[in-house]
Amino acid sequence: MADNVFDAIVVGSGISGGWAAKELCEKGLKVIMLERGPNVEHIKDYHSATKHPWEFPHRGSRTQQMIKDYPVLKRDYPLNEMNLEWWASDKDCPYTEIKRFDWFRGYQVGGRSLMWGRQSYRLSDLDFEANAREGIAIDWPVRYKDIEPWYDYVEKFAGVSGNRDGIPHLPDGQFLPPMELNCVEKDVAARIRSSFGGKRHMIIGRSANVTGPLEGRQQCQFRDKCWLGCPFGGYFSTQSSTLPAAMKTGNLTLRPWSIVTKVLYDKDKKRATGVEVLDAQTNQTYEYKSKIVFLNASTLNTTWILMNSATDVWPDGLGSSSGELGHNLMDHHLGVGAGGWVEGYEDKYYYGRRPNGFYIPRFRNLNGEKRNYLRGFGYQGAASRENWERSIAEYSIGAEFKEALTEPGRWTIGMGGFGEILPYHENKVTLDKTRTDKWGLNVLAIDCELKENELNMRKDMLNDAMEMLEAAGVKDVSGADGDGTPGRGIHEMGTARMGRDPKTSVLNKWNQVWDAPNVFVTDGSFMTSAACQNPSLTYMAFTARAADYAVQELKRMNL
Amino acid sequence: MNRREALSRVALIFGGTIVGAEAFLTGCRNSSAPAETLTFSPDVISLLDEVGETILPTTASSPGAKAAAIGEFMKVIVTDCYEEKDQQIFMEGIGKLNEAADKKYGKDFMALSAEEKHNLLVEIDAEAKAYNESKSSEDPNHYFTLMKQLTLWGYFTSEVGATKALRYVPVPGRYEGCIEYKKGEKAWAL
Repeated sequence: MADNVFDAIVVGSGISGGWAAKELCEKGLKVIMLERGPNVEHIKDYHSATKHPWEFPHRGSRTQQMIKDYPVLKRDYPLNEMNLEWWASDKDCPYTEIKRFDWFRGYQVGGRSLMWGRQSYRLSDLDFEANAREGIAIDWPVRYKDIEPWYDYVEKFAGVSGNRDGIPHLPDGQFLPPMELNCVEKDVAARIRSSFGGKRHMIIGRSANVTGPLEGRQQCQFRDKCWLGCPFGGYFSTQSSTLPAAMKTGNLTLRPWSIVTKVLYDKDKKRATGVEVLDAQTNQTYEYKSKIVFLNASTLNTTWILMNSATDVWPDGLGSSSGELGHNLMDHHLGVGAGGWVEGYEDKYYYGRRPNGFYIPRFRNLNGEKRNYLRGFGYQGAASRENWERSIAEYSIGAEFKEALTEPGRWTIGMGGFGEILPYHENKVTLDKTRTDKWGLNVLAIDCELKENELNMRKDMLNDAMEMLEAAGVKDVSGADGDGTPGRGIHEMGTARMGRDPKTSVLNKWNQVWDAPNVFVTDGSFMTSAACQNPSLTYMAFTARAADYAVQELKRMNL
Repeated sequence: MNRREALSRVALIFGGTIVGAEAFLTGCRNSSAPAETLTFSPDVISLLDEVGETILPTTASSPGAKAAAIGEFMKVIVTDCYEEKDQQIFMEGIGKLNEAADKKYGKDFMALSAEEKHNLLVEIDAEAKAYNESKSSEDPNHYFTLMKQLTLWGYFTSEVGATKALRYVPVPGRYEGCIEYKKGEKAWAL
C-alpha cells in the first residue's frame, strides 16, 4: 500500500472518533485517524493533573488577558487557568453568530473526551419514538432494541458506574458499581420519592468512571480532577480507553495537526475516495485515500466538512441532496435550577471527592401527562457542606473567624436542569463565505435559538426544581432562570440527521451518507432528536454499530 | 471547576450565603485592560501581608496568612485578574487604610500594634459589611471586601492554608458518602 492509502479514514479523535478507530482496527482494517490539533499523550501530557492548587499562579482563575483572548470561552466555566490548552482558540478558529451560540471546542487528540462531564445515560423508546408520535421533524430510523446490544457493548468496555434503578425510560445498563449518594442526598431522594408518589427519582449519576475491575484500566481515585486528564486513567477518554486498544492492533496510524478540508468524491462510482488534509502547522495539502471514511469531527465540524466537500453534483455539499444538511441543530438548554440549605446533619460528612452527582431523570409528559410543551428535562446536582467561601455573620476577622472557617459549614444542595431542544429546520449552520479562519478556510455561521417549546419548558424546570427541594424540607430554596443560550450545554447535535428517507435525511439508519454510502457519520450530528440525556454514550453505541456494519458491507463488496 | 461543581456552587449563591461569591467564582469578569501603573512596592506587599495576617492570624492550630505570602498573592491577582476599576479601588484602599489608622491612632497602619490593627480592621469590616448591604451590583466594591476575599481565597488555597488550616488529601482513593463528623475536625481543603 502507498503510504497515503488506508482501508479506513477516521476524521476526529474524540469520543466517537476513538471508538470508530478502535472498532475498525480490531476488525483488521488499516486505519488512519486524523486530528486537527496537537497530540496529547496519555498521562505524559496531562500537565496540570497532579499540581496542587497553590501551584497555579492564579489558583485556576482566569486573567484579564485570557478574557481578552477567548471572547467565546469566557462566557462560561471552561475559561480557566488549569486546562486552557485543551480549549480551542477563539481567535484562530472564529465563527459567525447570526444569533448568539456559545461554541466550546476541544481541538487536540482526544478532543473533548478529555474534559467531558462523563455522565452516561441510555436513550429509550420514549425518545426514539417521540418524533413519530408527536409529528415532529422525522422519525428516528432505529428503535431501542436495535441499539440496546450496542449500549451493552460500549458500556462494558468504556466502564460506566451506575445503579440499576429500574426506571423504564432510563434503561439500566452494564454498570460498574455505583458511587454513593451522600447522607443528605439519600434523605432528600427518599423525601422526593414519597412526596411525589414514587414518580420522581433522585438517583446517583451514571458516570464513565472506573469503580470496579475493568481490564486494562485503573480505578477512579476520587480526586475529582478528571478534566485535567487522569494520571490513573480513571475515567473514559480516547487516551485512557479506545486509543490504546486501537494502537494494540498495530493497525492504527494517528496523524495530529491534520485539518480535513473535504471528502474526495468520485461522482461516477458515487463513493468517497478519501479526504483532503491541510497540515495545520505547515499549511501543506495532502490527500489520503481509503475504502471508507468515518466523520467524527464533532457535530458542527463534521457538517462543515460535508458542506466544504461541495462538487458540481452536490453544490451545497456532500450529503446535501435532502436539503437537511446543516439543519435541525440542537443542544440541551441549561442554566435554570434551584438550591438551598439543609438543616441538621452537622455530625455527618463525606470522604473523597466524588466526580459525579445525583441525577433526576425526566418525569414530565410521561404516562399520558400533557404539559404546555413537548418532551422534558432532567436535573443534575449535588449536596455538600459549605467551605471557607461562606460568610459567617457572627465573626468579623481574626482568630475566631479563622478557626470557624477551618470547619465545614452547613449542608447545601443545588441542581440544574438539562432540557430537550426540539429539532427545528430553521436552527441551522451554513458556510460563511465572507469570513475565513487562520488557515484561510471559510467559517461556519450559526443561526440557532430556543423557541416557545423550550421557553415553556424552562418555567417547569424552575418551578419543579424549587417545588421538589421545598417538598424535601430544604431551607431558603431559591431558583433562577439564568442563561439558556444554545451551545452552553456543549451537546451540539443534529445538522446531519439520520432517517428512513433520503429525501428528508442526510444519513440512513446505519449512519451512512445516503449520497455516498462509504461515508459514515457517527458523532452528534446524526441525532434525529436530542432527548434530554447526556448524549455521548449514544454516540459510542451508534459508532460501534456503524463500524460493525461498515466492515460487513466491505466484505460483501457493497462499499 | 467542572459543570457539576458549577451547579453545586449555584446552590450556594441561591442560598445567599456567600458575600462576593461571584468574585470567587469568576475571579474577574468582563474585559478591560489592566491599569498601566500598578506599583506593588516591597512596602505595599508588607502592608498587605499585615492586613492578611490580621484577618487570618497565626493561631495555635495553624500559621496565618502572612505565612502564605498573602501580599504577593494579592499583587498577582490584582495585577492579572482584576478589572481596571477594581484595581483602582484596591490601590486607593491602601491609602484609605492608612488614613483610617491615622484618624484612629495617629499612626500609619504598619506602625500599629497587632491589637490596634485588629480593632481598626474590625471597624472597617463593619463599615464594608454595612456598605455591601445597600450596595447595588453597579456600585463600586468596597476596598476592604476585596482585601478580605483575596485573603481568604489566597490563604485557604495556599500550601500552608490547605495543609495546616484544612485537611488536604490529594489522592483520596475512595468515596464515602456518609461518615461521622466531630465538631472541631477540619474541613476538606478540596
